[in-house]
This record gives sequence, structure tokens and C-alpha cells, in this order.
Amino acid sequence: MKREINGHKLIYFDNAATTQKPRQVIAAEQTFYESHNGNIHRAVHTLSQEATEMYEDAREKIAHFINAQDSSEIIFVRGATEAINLVAYSWGLHNLKQDDEMLLSLMEHHSNIVPWEIVSKISRFKIKYVQVNSDGTLDYADLEKKINSGTKLVSLSHVSNVSGVINDVNYVAKLAHDNGALILVDGAQSVPHMPTDVQKLDVDFLVFSGHKMLGPTGIGVLYAKRHLLERMEPFQGGGEMIKDVSFSQKNGHCAISWNAPPWKFEAGTPNVAGGIALGEAVRYLQNIGMTEVLEHELALTAYAFKRLHELKKLTIYGPKDVKVKCGIIPFSLDGLSSHDVALFCDNFGIMLRSGFHCAQPLHQIFNLQSSARASFYLYNTLEEIDRFVEVLKELEQFWR
Amino acid sequence: MARVEGTCGAEKDVIVIFKYEKKEEAVARILKKAHVKNSIASIIYELTYNGTSFRLYTSGKAIFRGIKNREKLNELLTTLLI
Repeated sequence: MKREINGHKLIYFDNAATTQKPRQVIAAEQTFYESHNGNIHRAVHTLSQEATEMYEDAREKIAHFINAQDSSEIIFVRGATEAINLVAYSWGLHNLKQDDEMLLSLMEHHSNIVPWEIVSKISRFKIKYVQVNSDGTLDYADLEKKINSGTKLVSLSHVSNVSGVINDVNYVAKLAHDNGALILVDGAQSVPHMPTDVQKLDVDFLVFSGHKMLGPTGIGVLYAKRHLLERMEPFQGGGEMIKDVSFSQKNGHCAISWNAPPWKFEAGTPNVAGGIALGEAVRYLQNIGMTEVLEHELALTAYAFKRLHELKKLTIYGPKDVKVKCGIIPFSLDGLSSHDVALFCDNFGIMLRSGFHCAQPLHQIFNLQSSARASFYLYNTLEEIDRFVEVLKELEQFWR
Repeated sequence: MARVEGTCGAEKDVIVIFKYEKKEEAVARILKKAHVKNSIASIIYELTYNGTSFRLYTSGKAIFRGIKNREKLNELLTTLLI
């Protein structure tokens, strides 16, 4: 996006909230509507066939991107939030019984807390929260203490949306499986930024959003192991998710059988254009290489850490070691609220997030009312960080 | 005004966003009436008006701290902007 904000060149540092879109992604969505728009899986005509092929091709690309065994393990949803809700209702509601336990951590985004709290009120299972250390890292000793044979699910973010801490999902998956539990990984802040291999990680569920990885809003992914999807109940009812609906004159009801995954979980007309555009975003990222994306962001983070330490009134939250985190930096400036910092930066065309970032429990651990957050992506530069530090220095110098 | 929004965070601040095409006029009117306590390079102003402290940004936004009564805020804004 090339534009000026308040007379200054735009610097976009709110990538943990959403990312900007490459021309190719915008063009993919536009081309679909201009030349191929038809409803998928519905008709024999050419447009429907083309739309179906493009949509299912996007599913294949995404399966390959995260190394799923099969594209049937990729469910298109609205975003990571809907994906977690899908698992909570389709799996959790039917598999987590009274006295069962599940583990969450205190660094979770509200979208990985609220659905479970809602479902636990219905099914009466117990939720235990794993502690977070004062530097924002997961308290693995507490996790080991709390997990047991009664634990049925561990649901954990791969990367914290506040501190950028990378959790050792491989280790947690092994620990969960050794205790007979499943693991759900919230990949909203990891899949866009690093190579992801669901088979290597051995996760049972992985969720992520398209708009945080160059794709459009309103499209996201639930990955789940095929055998789990086959046993799960549908999330929503409607067209496409059924194999057969036959009315019985005898008992006055319809007998319904479900379609096979992934369509069993995609009731109604899905976001076809969004799915296709997400496939294009994945192709774009793969052309660059996810290792390269990660290395670039780590270099930006290390440089930002070094430069931000020049500010005497600035405090960075989370781990001091940039090797255990991604390109997300939460901070505060003495005497100023996060919103003051964000509004001041906005004046200079720098887009930052301020507030709780939908992770209030972690702010309680950091003893913060709110925080300002800079988050980087593949298109950010060292020069932008220099400009950002200059602007913060101006704020620090003049605000007494 | 374009919008009045509660901020995300424990502070319970309120951000007032002025209409883009009227923001300069709104900022000028407020600066004329309120008392300036502090400012940074004519970008942020710390102001008081009728016992209420707030910060005004020349980009067309203002933050009011710890607002519990939105009606009182509306009254304050009305007198500031008239």
C-alpha cells in the first residue's frame, strides 16, 4: 500500500492484527468475480465447474503449505476464531464430559478462551490455566504439573499475539499425546510467519486466519487429522454438508447422512473468492519461502530491540532474547498511555496497535493497563524501524 | 464528530474522532476555548476545560481519561465545539 497518512509515508506496524495484500491476491479475487463466478459443487455448467476447481485447488495449495496428509483435512472457515469455535462445538461439546479436563494458557487470545468457557458451562468439564512466567514465556513446569490422564485437550497458541513468544508446540504435543490428550494449536500468529509442518509438529488441530497472511478477511482454515474429522459432529447444518436428506412418510421426519470431510463442515455457500485469494496468498508466500520470511522478521525484531533500547523511558515486555520470539514487540512509555503512543505515531503515518490486543489475562501478568504493540511482516524494512524510533524519541523528549 | 469510541484496555479511556473534513475546524475551536497545559510540537496538546483534562491530537482525535458518564462528555464536547 503506497499512500501518505497525515502527510507522512505510511509505515504499517500492525501486522499481528491484519496484513496488507499483494496485487496478486487482490487480482485473484477480482478475476474470480469478473470471469469465473459461480456457486461451487452445485451445478454442471462451466462457471460452477471452474469455480469448484479453483476453490479445491486453493485447498490443495493450503494442504501442501502446512504439509497436511490430504486436502480433506483442510476446512475453510471465516478465520481462526470460527475454527476454534468449530472444534469447541463439534468436538468439545461431544467429547469433553463432566470431570474431564482441558488445559489453556494465560497467554491465549480471547478467541482461545471464550469458546471453551462457553462450552464448559454446557458440558461441565474443567478448564485449567497454565501459568505464564513474568517474561511472557510459558511455564512448562506448571504445564507438566497440571497435565494428567484426565486431560482430554490442550489448546495453546503457537506464538503469543502480545509478546511474540514462540511456544514449543512439538514438546507440548508429545506431552499431550503421552497423557492421552489431543492438542489444538492456534497458529494465527505462527503460520503467516514461519514454516509449518503439521505432521512434524504432530498437532491434532491447527487454526489460522487468511487476513494475517496476505489473504482477504473472512477466510481462514481449520486443519484437523482426518480420523478426527470423520468422527466429529457437524458444526452447522445446511446445503453441501449433507450426503442425503430423505423424508419418511412413516415417522414424519427427515433422515440425514453427512457428507465426507471437509464438506461436512462447510454448510452453505462458502467464501469462494476468499478461499481462492487465500490460495494465491499461500502461493505468493511459498515463492518467497517461509524460512526467508522468518529470517527477515527476526532480523527486523533484533534491530528494533537494539534501537528501542536507546529510549530511556521505554519498557519492552516479554522475553529479552529475540531468538525465542517472533516479530511482535509490546512496549510502553513512562507517563503515557498506549493510546497516546499509538495516536502520536499515527500523526506520523505509523500504524501501531494499542490496548489489550484481546489478551487481557496476559496484561494482568505484565501488570499493565494496556500496551502499545509494533508487529512486523515481510514487507517492513530497517529504515521504517529507524523512522519509528525517531518518532518515539521525539515523543519521549518533549513529553515531560 | 465522526465517532466516540471506548478504548481497549483497563484505562476506560474514550477516544473522540472528529469528521475528517471538519477536523481542523474542531481542533481550532477546542484550542480557543480550553487551557493548554502542555504540548509537543503542535501535535499533541494536554488541555483542561471546566475541570476535565484531556489530550487533543491535531490529526483530529482527542482522548478523555476515565470517563464514566458519556452524557457529561457529550455536554462537554458540545460546549467545546459550538
